[in-house]
Amino acid sequence: MMFEGLDTLILSRIQFAANISFHILFPTITIALGWVLFVIRLRFSQTGDDKWMSAYRFWVKVFALSFAMGVVSGITMSFQFGTNWPGFMETVGNIAGPLLAYEVMTAFFLEAVFIGIMLFGFSRVPGWLHLLATFLVAFGTTMSAFWIIVLNSWMQTPQGFEMIDGVAHATSWWEIIFNPSMPYRFAHMMLASFLTVAFLIAGVSALRRLMGDRSREAKTMLKFGLTMGALLIPVQIYMGDLHGLNTLEYQPQKVAAMEGNWETQSGVPLLLFAIPDEAARENRAEIGIPNLASLILTHHWDGEVPGLNDFVAEDGTPLHPPVAPVFWSFRVMVGTGLAMLALSWLSVFLMWRRRHMHEVSPNSHWLAAEGLPKLLLWVLVPMAFSGWVATLAGWYTTEIGRQPWLVSGVVTTAEAVAQVPTGMVAGTLVGYLVAYGALLFAYISVIVYLARRAAMGQDERANDMSHSGKAQVEALQPAE
Amino acid sequence: MFPDFSNPAEWLPWAFASLMGFSILVYVILDGFDLGVGILFPLADDAEKDRMIGSIGPFWDANETWLVLAVGLLLVAFPVAHGMILSTLYLPVFVMLIGLILRGVAFEFRAKAHAKHKRLWNNLFFTGSIVTALSQGFMLGLYIMGLQQTPATFAFATLTAVALAVGYSFIGATWLIHKTEGELQLKAVDWAKRSLWGIVVGIGAVSLATPLVSTRIFDRWLDFPTAFWLAPIPVLSGLLVIWLWRMIRQMPFEGDRRSWLPFAVSTAIFALAYVGLAYSFYPYVVPDRLTIYEAASAPESLFIILVGACFVVPTIAGYSILAYYIFRGKAAALRYY
Repeated sequence: MMFEGLDTLILSRIQFAANISFHILFPTITIALGWVLFVIRLRFSQTGDDKWMSAYRFWVKVFALSFAMGVVSGITMSFQFGTNWPGFMETVGNIAGPLLAYEVMTAFFLEAVFIGIMLFGFSRVPGWLHLLATFLVAFGTTMSAFWIIVLNSWMQTPQGFEMIDGVAHATSWWEIIFNPSMPYRFAHMMLASFLTVAFLIAGVSALRRLMGDRSREAKTMLKFGLTMGALLIPVQIYMGDLHGLNTLEYQPQKVAAMEGNWETQSGVPLLLFAIPDEAARENRAEIGIPNLASLILTHHWDGEVPGLNDFVAEDGTPLHPPVAPVFWSFRVMVGTGLAMLALSWLSVFLMWRRRHMHEVSPNSHWLAAEGLPKLLLWVLVPMAFSGWVATLAGWYTTEIGRQPWLVSGVVTTAEAVAQVPTGMVAGTLVGYLVAYGALLFAYISVIVYLARRAAMGQDERANDMSHSGKAQVEALQPAE
Repeated sequence: MFPDFSNPAEWLPWAFASLMGFSILVYVILDGFDLGVGILFPLADDAEKDRMIGSIGPFWDANETWLVLAVGLLLVAFPVAHGMILSTLYLPVFVMLIGLILRGVAFEFRAKAHAKHKRLWNNLFFTGSIVTALSQGFMLGLYIMGLQQTPATFAFATLTAVALAVGYSFIGATWLIHKTEGELQLKAVDWAKRSLWGIVVGIGAVSLATPLVSTRIFDRWLDFPTAFWLAPIPVLSGLLVIWLWRMIRQMPFEGDRRSWLPFAVSTAIFALAYVGLAYSFYPYVVPDRLTIYEAASAPESLFIILVGACFVVPTIAGYSILAYYIFRGKAAALRYY
């Protein structure tokens, strides 16, 4: 039996992690892609240039697909609280409840209603209403992100409440919403979303170029994605640093796990590699840069960094998160971010240096997509989903880093879990994993298929009408 | 039936139970018709399938959001009940979620994937729709049986599962009567004729079973003199079913007049059945175990949600109506421009 030795708690955690990991992939795309589509739609309104409309038509399909995946995987989340974690709402329901309710009321309906108009209303409503619908969908996704991050941040750094008979009661909604980690986490996640979309656009456009797409649209979007990535990645690195300092102040045990630092000490090295061993409470095979962790975290060469051994109960139970997963997720996130930095800056530099290679009107452009060597395009293709890797790794860092607490200092994960038979949790977990694996495969295949169709210059109109049984007929009679 | 409106610990739970009840009813009707269209999917040919999708494409997403609102209200207003009900219904909830996931994504994939995979996604769209409907009916049956899990309650839940799925395909067919024309409309009329029994069996079974399961419900419905002013609910439902049956047999009317009427009448029947059910169970949120007053969150938290709801719910209703208005009339195939 595959799940031997696993209890209901760990299986429920894996199940929740699987569900929310699958879910977050799609909002990460739709939050920023909604705004990108709004900008593209606005550019089309301003310039009337066809390339913006073809870009809109291509990316709105990716958006619709991602949106549907996000909606259906999100429904699962609203049930998981009750099926697997009843203790969460029983303890902090008075605070989590209103935040979730506001998410549904201010965000979900807004996006769900206007997505219909945005996708299918182009020829049915006036241009301004279609533009407005596009704006409201983007705004709705952002509101949704805001409320859910308020709740998550409150779980990390709770304030503005009092405990009465073991149940949390709100004392100040202002303090709850603007809890200490919220502004950093929200900014960090929004930037993550925009970077994910930047590299998705760059990667898919690179793929289209490699497939022989010579359209102006593919070149424009390639430049668009790479420039957006190059501009935002330094901002994200700076924001990540601020977020880290905030975590150091409020959740030092998480930072200790991220750094793999066992003893509170000064002049802590930045570990590039290590195998944290929790039984021995030390690292094996350490490779580090002296003093760098102290410098990053305290901005002093000899600054003091908290160690994991400060967070152990008197009976020896660790009160800090499991070290290895936090340590490694953090490195995956940072590593992916650095790869994004290197690639986007290199690409923009090459496009700028070879700006004269532009096939048309060389004087009016700062960058030439033609200047990118094939090898670089091939590297950009798998980077299309690098944002997913970094986002997931970042969430694993912060969520596993919150353990053993569900809400820091208020309720532990173990206290909140439902006493559902282990076999039932295991069985449904397998079911979810199979479905998610298949859907992820289908999702990526369809994006590649859409890219190929666009690259082959297939008639956009016929392609759009694949919703319609009349597609073939109307393709033969384009002047309807 | 009505709480003390001067006591927040009483009227707030009551208000939230009403709001949640309203959301569930709206969900059952709205997602009911688009799930129903999915259940009818295999009966149509390929061109008709595209038009059927066109009749629900702009709406399904918002329709499903009512489920999230209903479950969300259960979660935030009655957290203890949420945990109790959903951990008891663990497996049917899982099955329903897989169904909802499959049909939601099949919507998009069938239009965007390679043509040779379209049949696969069509099949998944149907499978997802029927699995969702069956599991919802199954949960309804178990809930009516007081969440007891015995062979007898499973048998009853199976009956309600089938009845709800057929009932959904009925309301789906009435939606298609309104949104389509020609050959497909004739087919939809035929489908409606063939699935009306689902409503009759479903409502009949639930009406007979509930008083037998719980003496409290029995007393409540057959107690004199309340039985007098409750009588209109079953009588009116019966008359509406008969009217619907006579109407559908003659449809479509000349010039497509009143094509919206079957859908409207089915909505009324669903609503009446629902009001009857709500009357049976009030004030319990977990049948005969937990009342809405016992399960409610703290009044101050409920109040802050209610303030928002007073502004937001009318706005939601407003722009939902706008969307239905924009996509009014006969369904065309969907396009992105």
